[in-house]
Amino acid sequence: MSVTGRGDAASKKSSLMNLTELHKKLIAAARADVPVDHVPYAFEKRVSALLASRVAPHALDAWVTGLWRAAVSCVGVAMVCGMLALFTSSSASASSDDLSQNLDSTLMASIDQTDQSQ
Amino acid sequence: MERTEAELIAAVLKGDAGSFEPLVQKYSPRVFATARRYARRESEVEDIAQEVWLKAFEKLGSFRGEAPFEHWLMRMAIHTCYDFLRRHQRSRESSFTDLSDPENDWLERFATAPETAGDDADAAKLLIGRVMERLSPQARLVITLLEIEDRSVKEIAELTGWSVPLVKVRAFRARGEMKKILAKMAREKYL
Repeated sequence: MSVTGRGDAASKKSSLMNLTELHKKLIAAARADVPVDHVPYAFEKRVSALLASRVAPHALDAWVTGLWRAAVSCVGVAMVCGMLALFTSSSASASSDDLSQNLDSTLMASIDQTDQSQ
Repeated sequence: MERTEAELIAAVLKGDAGSFEPLVQKYSPRVFATARRYARRESEVEDIAQEVWLKAFEKLGSFRGEAPFEHWLMRMAIHTCYDFLRRHQRSRESSFTDLSDPENDWLERFATAPETAGDDADAAKLLIGRVMERLSPQARLVITLLEIEDRSVKEIAELTGWSVPLVKVRAFRARGEMKKILAKMAREKYL
């Protein structure tokens, strides 16, 4: 018998099968097969233990997250201060000599005043 | 005195993880029964149930208390089962040539005289199991909820988070997919 001939015979036989009816029968079989609701022994204890082991690292996670946030904000503030210092120093570079003289005179102001009073 | 569900949930949210245990004890049978619809091996069923409870614990803050806790939990169970089906998509192209003798006999009886092939036969249960394993995760979920558990489209929409029209479209496609698998099974039976 040729393969084609066998295939034709198979398709003829399978076409005889009422697929809609087969669908209904199999769905009815699945409905009849109600799954059991058995829970393994001490399942809730295992879940509780698992949750307890997860809760502890959460507290540590919160602490680490807080530290990271603090570190990031510190870096942010440092960068802003650095930028400000950079810009102000570049704009005031021309008057840097004046600045040092001003600082010098400010520091020495009290000494000068005591000298003058004497 | 036994605490109510709302009291237990409130205690868990305040940090008393031990109050979660009575909830696990009460609802685990339903979670396990649901998981057994989608997973065959008992180890897989237990993994699903465990994942459901871990998710429920982590997301308990999102439980508003408007609907019963059981509904909220079952939504989570269905989502977890769907994720499981997507992760464990076995070879859906495999053939039906390895049917057992009782399965072959049942199909033979069905082909000759459908009324003699009983719905409650073990062979029919094995066959529907094989067919369900070859369905796509979406189709399997819809067929299970709509046809096997006999839920309404609205209920399925609530459980899955899909819209009502989407459930209808997916149900239509799922039936088509199942019909193709049944046709393949019938064809291979006579090759």
